[in-house]
Amino acid sequence: MARALSPRRKLISTLAAWTVALIIFFPVLWMILTSFKTEPSAVAMPPQLFTADWTLENYAEVWARSDYPRFFWNSVVISVGSTLLGLVIAIPAAWAMAFVPGKKTKDLLMWMLSTKMMPAVAVMIPLYLLFQRLGLIDTKFGLVIALMLMNLPIIIWMLYTYFKEIPGEILEASRMDGATLWGEIIYVLTPMALPGIASTMLLNIILAWNEAFWTIVLTTTKAAPLSAFIASFSAPQGLFYAKLSAASAMAILPILILGWFSQKQLVRGLTFGAVK
Amino acid sequence: MSTQSSRLAARAMVAPSVVLLLIWMIVPLAMTLYYSFRLYRLLSPDRTGWVGFNNYLWFINSPDFWLALFNTLALVGGVLIITVVLGILIALLIDQPVKGQGFLRILVIAPFFVMPPVAASIWENLFLHPQNGLFSAVARSFGAQPILFLENYPMLSVIGIVSWEWLPFATLILLTALQSLSSEQLEAAEMDGASAFSRFRYIILPHMTRAITVVILIQTIFLLGIFGEIFTTTQGGPGSASTTLPYMIFKQAIAAKDIGRAAAGGIIAVILANIVAYFLMRGLGRNLEN
Amino acid sequence: MGKIQLTKVRKSFGEVDVIPGIDLTIEDGEFVVFVGPSGCGKSTLLRLIAGLEDTTSGVIDIDGKDATNLPPAKRGLAMVFQSYALYPHMTVRKNIAFPLKMAGMDQAEQEKRVERAAKVLNLSNYLDRRPGQLSGGQRQRVAIGRAIVREPAAFLFDEPLSNLDAALRVGMRQEISELHQSLKTTMIYVTHDQVEAMTMADKIVVLNAGRIEQVGAPLELYNHPKNLFVAGFIGSPKMNFIEGAEAAKHSAHTIGIRPEHITVGDGPWEGVVGLSEHLGSDSFLKVAVDGIGTLTVRAPGEIHAHHGDRVRLAPAGKVHRFDANGLAI
Repeated sequence: MARALSPRRKLISTLAAWTVALIIFFPVLWMILTSFKTEPSAVAMPPQLFTADWTLENYAEVWARSDYPRFFWNSVVISVGSTLLGLVIAIPAAWAMAFVPGKKTKDLLMWMLSTKMMPAVAVMIPLYLLFQRLGLIDTKFGLVIALMLMNLPIIIWMLYTYFKEIPGEILEASRMDGATLWGEIIYVLTPMALPGIASTMLLNIILAWNEAFWTIVLTTTKAAPLSAFIASFSAPQGLFYAKLSAASAMAILPILILGWFSQKQLVRGLTFGAVK
Repeated sequence: MSTQSSRLAARAMVAPSVVLLLIWMIVPLAMTLYYSFRLYRLLSPDRTGWVGFNNYLWFINSPDFWLALFNTLALVGGVLIITVVLGILIALLIDQPVKGQGFLRILVIAPFFVMPPVAASIWENLFLHPQNGLFSAVARSFGAQPILFLENYPMLSVIGIVSWEWLPFATLILLTALQSLSSEQLEAAEMDGASAFSRFRYIILPHMTRAITVVILIQTIFLLGIFGEIFTTTQGGPGSASTTLPYMIFKQAIAAKDIGRAAAGGIIAVILANIVAYFLMRGLGRNLEN
Repeated sequence: MGKIQLTKVRKSFGEVDVIPGIDLTIEDGEFVVFVGPSGCGKSTLLRLIAGLEDTTSGVIDIDGKDATNLPPAKRGLAMVFQSYALYPHMTVRKNIAFPLKMAGMDQAEQEKRVERAAKVLNLSNYLDRRPGQLSGGQRQRVAIGRAIVREPAAFLFDEPLSNLDAALRVGMRQEISELHQSLKTTMIYVTHDQVEAMTMADKIVVLNAGRIEQVGAPLELYNHPKNLFVAGFIGSPKMNFIEGAEAAKHSAHTIGIRPEHITVGDGPWEGVVGLSEHLGSDSFLKVAVDGIGTLTVRAPGEIHAHHGDRVRLAPAGKVHRFDANGLAI
């Protein structure tokens, strides 16, 4: 609904929009700036911006003191793995609900979503014990399973809304053309829904990357991802602001960059079919 | 589209998801239910047995319970109101043909990519900290006493932090909805003599109903379980001032090591979530119909 | 080859009988049109034949074999959908070749058949484009191309022209008729447009509320409608129905006269012109006739009668007579 504005109005709108956007972004910006300051400069009062001592020391020290690559790799495996596994399970389910809807389909979707309403803390102990019994504590596989199940309702819901947009006649046509069920899903549905599948994937990688409850509860060292890495940093080192900021930046930058690059697909995915 | 065989195939294809989610939900829930009626303290492992509803009674009679319940609802409600209202305003602002819209969007979306522990620690240390935080520096530069956010306004601080995390989500969904509104509708309304406010009230807002519904639905799901932000910043304090239901359960399980009571709290939290979900569905389900 | 026989075919959705029971034979090579108002069950009937819906009871024979429980792909039928249902991510070539690929045909043969179909349908220059880059008429041709490469026992068309503009519709109508003449394959065509039915069909099946009202050649339906429904549905503008005293003169409950069977100038009926449309080739008048009601009149050429004029009318042609149950006498 963008409409032409007078140059004056446009200038005012532009200024206002940029001010608001910068305010929202400022905490991230300030954290990144702090990560490049020396420790005294980071806590100096009044806060220093142009007079600060800039340094890369914090990154070097965080890198040296912790096994960043391992945390990073764990994060990648867990978020990508849980998302891919989730997609494999969710695509057929979403196909079925979108194209062969029954009276209970809407209820089923809502029920799936409602499983996410269960507070994680409420079932922490039993799940921990369960994972312990199954030998899944502190394994990447265990976390892949846990996060896949956690995000499965969201994946199904997103795919469902994308599949709904595909006209049923096209699938019927493929059936008339002799495609089997799998042929239909592989040759027709999946290629047509590819943009939707891509944004579903992106959003879920981000959700899994940022998950910071089960990743901390269910891991100790071996399988710990970046969320656990940052938790370990903020607890004991307390006041080392610059190093904390550097570690924080290292934890969020990979996903921040991925998110920025795939912004368009992501926004589409984020709307959960709310916008037609 | 619906022959016998395709319906059968459909059932077979939904089955794995349903079964997995059922297990994921039922097994821990059943175990929690079981523990909630047991005496189960990690500090005195030899004393076990059935205790009936004692764990529940303790939980409900505990002075923190009603506060925690209130805090939980305040957190969900507060964040929803802030993000939806601000989200609509910011969406209206960004939707105008301003310069650098693409880059603006990148800035606005950024908090969504920040994992909760990082978001909480940025706010706690770099902004809200009474000595070194940016807010206290600002207060001092005006000659005022720094506000002790986390000590004096713990719940508001948590709501603020969580709102910052979720604002991008709300804004982007609402913005996308706004952009799908045809300008012809607005022009028609303008021809009909509708003022800017009337156009917002009668054209723009109804157009966004569905988007607002989804924002509320999705956010509620995530907000009911908020834990990490409180754990990182206030630890539920001072006292119990910022203890929510999930945090109270956590304290019972980890600090008091009383699994039975924590389990009873867990069941109460699940019931609360179901009540919220029920009212949400009744109130908003209609908006999700096509 | 493509003989299709329906015996007591019934379809119900839950409690609702959409098609209470239909018997129909479609001969090999025939062009059959299912026509009726929307919701009459014509599309459902087509989908039952296609196998996209299960029959509740009854038997569908294709080529003398019971196909009632066969999946769509095994029935040897091809279908052209209302929305064309082209695969948007495939080129025209791949779209047309898709059924051949699914059948596991070898690459060279696929290529040959696609080229041949493209030539017939004037698509040779568009084979490497995607459906999104084609006009409505071209998309329609691709959909037909995808149907003909399989050399099916019969073609099924589900309102294929309803998304085209009027001029294109006439052109495609003729193309489909020509295609039928050259292929001589059975075609079943669903439409709500009686003009399409009249111009294309060998045999028209008029459906109403899931029942067959009449089956016959176009002119047979035009000249000898079995009942009021068919009389009113076939022919444009609609047949005039007159009840009461005027009908009693013909010893009928209702009489029907087609607008083209009334002359203007002299005659027993007198009335005031309400609406007049002058097309040059024809003139359409709505005349409020004293004691009878409003009659629609179609007169060839130009007629100088306008709103408010008094004119005299005479029936000139067949008067259809119907009894109290609406059946032709």
